[in-house]
Amino acid sequence: MSEAATPVAPLAVSSAEEPVHAPQPLIGIDPTGVYGMITLRGDLASDIFAAAVDEAVGLPVPSTLTVVSDGDARVVWMSPDEVLLFTSYGEADAAVARIDEQMGAEHHMALNVSDARVVIRLTGDRVGEVLAKGAPCDCSDHGFPIGTARRTHMAGLAVAFWRLDTDIWEIVALRSYAGHLLAWLEQTAQPGAEVFS
Amino acid sequence: MAERLAQGGLLIDRSQPVSFTFNGETLQGFEGDTVASALLANDQVLVGRSFKYHRPRGIVASGAEEPNALLGIGEGPRFEPNQRATTTELHDGMVTRSQNHWPSLETDVGALNAWLADKLPVFSAGFYYKTFLFPRIAWKHVYEPFIRTAAGLGQAPSEKDPDSYEHFHWHCEVLVAGGGIAGIAAARKAADEGKRVLLVEQTADWGGRALVDGDQIDGQPGPDWIAAQIAALQAMPNVTLRTRAMAAGQYDHGYVLVYERVSDHRPGLPGTPRHRLWRVRTSETVVATGAIERPLTFANNDLPGVMLASAARDYVSLFGVLPGRKVVVYANNDDAYRTALTLRQAGAKIAAVLDVRAQAAGDLPQQAREAGILVRTGTGIAKAMGGKRVDEIQIGTVEGDTMTGREEYIPCDLVCVSGGWSPVVHLWSHCGGKLTWDSEAAMFRPDASRAPTGDNGEAMARCAGAADGVMHTAAILPDALVEAPAEEPLQPHWFTPSRGKYAHGTKHFVDFQNDVTAADVRLAAREGYESVEHTKRYTTLGMATDQGKTSNINGLALLAEALGKEIPEVGTTTFRPPYTPISMGAITGSAKGALFKAVRQTPMHSWHDANGADWEPVGDWYRPFCYRRAGEDRHAAVEREVVNARRNVGMLDASTLGKIVVKGPDAGKFLDLLYTNMMSTLKQGRCRYGLMCTENGFLFDDGVVVRTGPEEFLCHTTSGGSDRVHAWMEEWLQTEWWDLQVYTANVTDQWAQIAVAGPNARKVLEGAGCDVPLDKGAVKFMDYVEGTLAGYPVRIFRISFSGELSYEIATPAGYGMVLWDALRASGEPHGIMPYGTEALHIMRAEKGFIMIGDETDGTVTPQDLGLFFAISKKKTDYIGKRAQQRADLIRHDRKQLVGLMAEDKQVVLPDGAHAVKRRREHIAMATIGHVTSTYYSPTLGHSIAMGLVESGLSRRGEWIDFSTGPGEFMRAQIVDPVFYDPQGEKQNV
Repeated sequence: MSEAATPVAPLAVSSAEEPVHAPQPLIGIDPTGVYGMITLRGDLASDIFAAAVDEAVGLPVPSTLTVVSDGDARVVWMSPDEVLLFTSYGEADAAVARIDEQMGAEHHMALNVSDARVVIRLTGDRVGEVLAKGAPCDCSDHGFPIGTARRTHMAGLAVAFWRLDTDIWEIVALRSYAGHLLAWLEQTAQPGAEVFS
Repeated sequence: MAERLAQGGLLIDRSQPVSFTFNGETLQGFEGDTVASALLANDQVLVGRSFKYHRPRGIVASGAEEPNALLGIGEGPRFEPNQRATTTELHDGMVTRSQNHWPSLETDVGALNAWLADKLPVFSAGFYYKTFLFPRIAWKHVYEPFIRTAAGLGQAPSEKDPDSYEHFHWHCEVLVAGGGIAGIAAARKAADEGKRVLLVEQTADWGGRALVDGDQIDGQPGPDWIAAQIAALQAMPNVTLRTRAMAAGQYDHGYVLVYERVSDHRPGLPGTPRHRLWRVRTSETVVATGAIERPLTFANNDLPGVMLASAARDYVSLFGVLPGRKVVVYANNDDAYRTALTLRQAGAKIAAVLDVRAQAAGDLPQQAREAGILVRTGTGIAKAMGGKRVDEIQIGTVEGDTMTGREEYIPCDLVCVSGGWSPVVHLWSHCGGKLTWDSEAAMFRPDASRAPTGDNGEAMARCAGAADGVMHTAAILPDALVEAPAEEPLQPHWFTPSRGKYAHGTKHFVDFQNDVTAADVRLAAREGYESVEHTKRYTTLGMATDQGKTSNINGLALLAEALGKEIPEVGTTTFRPPYTPISMGAITGSAKGALFKAVRQTPMHSWHDANGADWEPVGDWYRPFCYRRAGEDRHAAVEREVVNARRNVGMLDASTLGKIVVKGPDAGKFLDLLYTNMMSTLKQGRCRYGLMCTENGFLFDDGVVVRTGPEEFLCHTTSGGSDRVHAWMEEWLQTEWWDLQVYTANVTDQWAQIAVAGPNARKVLEGAGCDVPLDKGAVKFMDYVEGTLAGYPVRIFRISFSGELSYEIATPAGYGMVLWDALRASGEPHGIMPYGTEALHIMRAEKGFIMIGDETDGTVTPQDLGLFFAISKKKTDYIGKRAQQRADLIRHDRKQLVGLMAEDKQVVLPDGAHAVKRRREHIAMATIGHVTSTYYSPTLGHSIAMGLVESGLSRRGEWIDFSTGPGEFMRAQIVDPVFYDPQGEKQNV
């Protein structure tokens, strides 16, 4: 796959059509990233699972409701038997192959889902505030410290988001909903809609 | 008259004058005014007409409990009816108007109702139920429309709301509702303990009654103490403070809705939402919502100029507005004397304080006497008099339920009334907190031993201050040094007797907003309404937009009296959220306009949009129904697309098809249980059409299953069904078959999928450059291969929903658009055209393929559809198998799938038309089936249809009648549902 042309990011088209006069939103919203993503299901507590994750992206298995990251690589806790791995787009198939090899006959599922989701990088000190307008979980500094990851719902969508640093968050949703999610974020993060001054 | 005082007014800024209009007249106010205080400052005492009798009404209260002063506020798209003048902040340019009158507020024809009610027994409790019974049909067509027009409050806005709204989720340990002294003290205590606290206050200002009532706290006047406490709270990082934020409702598990009016007081700020609905999850709610003063029930107590005692002094102290010059205070308690003292100090003449108690010896009555105010105990108002405003009262001696003594008159323009206080227990009660009757203080107060409980069974709310029935500052702040006058107990007083025709209570108003009188309540009791809930509905007491804030307790006390019961025996009606009405916009939040509903788009969506797509919603997806070229209507476009796919080649964006990967050692076993047919025997690289049924045996989804690996299957579902099918799989795996080693993943969005169908399909793929051989021997019908096409990674499924030679090509979604372009380019010499869902449907119908949702409706089995080839007889079980053996599902006369050919072949049978057993004149005919799919087939040049008909499988060749309207029928013949290429030669080349 890596020899093929560069894939088109989910929002490549709609972001080009953005009106130029739109006011600067309260947070940075970057939907243009292209990542390799792998859904990995199995026994999260097993040594072999940890070895496979390490083999794939060089990171440990995160504890419940957390994310571990290093550079572009991430492992996001998604459910008691599922994690989402991040690597570079061209690397995903090879990483899946390494996982399958490492897991051997151990029951698991590793799928390249790099094209299945939109990843939007959110930056600034009001990201938690904006997300709290849609997501029911506690997005405050208290409830969502750095390294937290949640699967939840927002703007009528199933989403997952996590916090990599004080002012850096990432949110994923199904690719087909990318336009709706971006429109929601842009409206909700309009200047003037600050909850806290 | 009412007027603005030369000085005073804690909340107004006299340096900021504000212009507004009332019924077209321009008036002046100040920043910080409410609409009510500004109207009073302009001597606008008459503010509306009552609901039933159109009686003149004035401002009664100064807060959320206001029953009368409901105005239409704003104009054009921002017009809103029924806004309480007492809680609406004034802003420059505000447009306000009164309601419920014609032609004008001053001269109202509807007031004839009141005149009529004087002469005849009309509009009393149950009047409508009793009067408009006959003739029956007239209620719907005559009475109700007329009554609805005449009796409405306000007008609905007619334009689209231009404002934005939003939700905001917040988590805290303690939510304190109410920013008076009790709430502030509770917030302070919790904050000092390190808890995360949210303190909300419904008005724009902190302090509640402490701003007005004059008590000294820790050596400071009330307002200063409040300011200092708020400053201290603001400095704490664990405290969030919010004004203009009303705790509207308490729900299960510590969920509380807080309604924040963000920009009502400064409308139109760009980007700023008008309202924000806080969806708070809290470990504990402190209900510090204060108390509401009760009016006294006497004859003509609804005249403009009759006002709650607390409200009158609020207008003086907070807004520098004197609501009347010549004042009578009428009360059953000490607190009301504060009003007499405050108004006297502001320059009003206090004609008298009338106290129903035999004696008044507390600190406040003494202060009043010392100030030279006439105090008359044992005295009540026999009736108030005046036209559009009170100008005189008649008083007398209250002796039990009679008015005795000399008929004496006192001229006045303001009557301040106080019947005691009712704790605001709404938030406590919303989720089950119980109340107890305090007979001494004459109020229902929270019973702490019967609190609303949370998920752990512990109390999740508690009340503080006046909401808890603790009315005195010293008792609310036990740790503070409070200087306040001592108060003596009140004397419960629910009805002031009158004389002559007023003695019956027909002008003793209890519920001002719904025009319910004491006589109405007593009539209900006489007619057998013993339950307060029934009385409420019969009389409409407490059912108006104010939900009886000033009337419920008075009403149920009157009911208890009439029934000869104690008040706690009668009990209260149910408290339901919201505390005061909240906007529909706040409930909607951001889900309006383009964000109303999430829409799914395929990777090729923009191309479709730019190329004439006429959209159709399919599940959450938008799919092209057809692609219209210049000058084409839908019908012409669809016909062109079908003909082209059959003659040349068409391409379809099939990305919306659900795709679920099922993997694991038990994957085959699992799919054998889910599908009606055998999937475990499917060979790698092969496809099989499968059906899924519910436990009741009814077909609910279908699709092609592909074996992609030794332990891996790809299950296609319907476009709208992928989430449901995936959830279905997970539910069985997690709750029933947890021992199966199977994982599933919904990968619908991972793949863009393009169907290339038609005689030239192979040439298109070969022309695009495919690295796997595609000839019939290499890729057979129902084969699956992986490779590259035009240089992009693809999975090719040779499956067909059109009956043509057809390939469905999946590529990672990021390549969807470029592959679409490549296939269009290579297809151009072969006449390729995209086709939409309607062409897809027509072609599948020509082939007799069923469609979930058309041929199925949740009551149809695969057997009904004749899909025996896909129902395994070998398997010991699958979901629905047992149900399909029940007597009702094996009846021979079940409705079964048939093809239908209309007698007039150029006419398309109406979709859903019912087949009748025999033609009748009347509409009540026995039906034997209905049309499920119906089209004009451009391929065949005539109409075709499918339907479900009783015993249809064995009725081929019969003619049946479809009812198409009164006395109209269409004849059709039952035929084979496969209309086109029954041998399947086209798809097998």
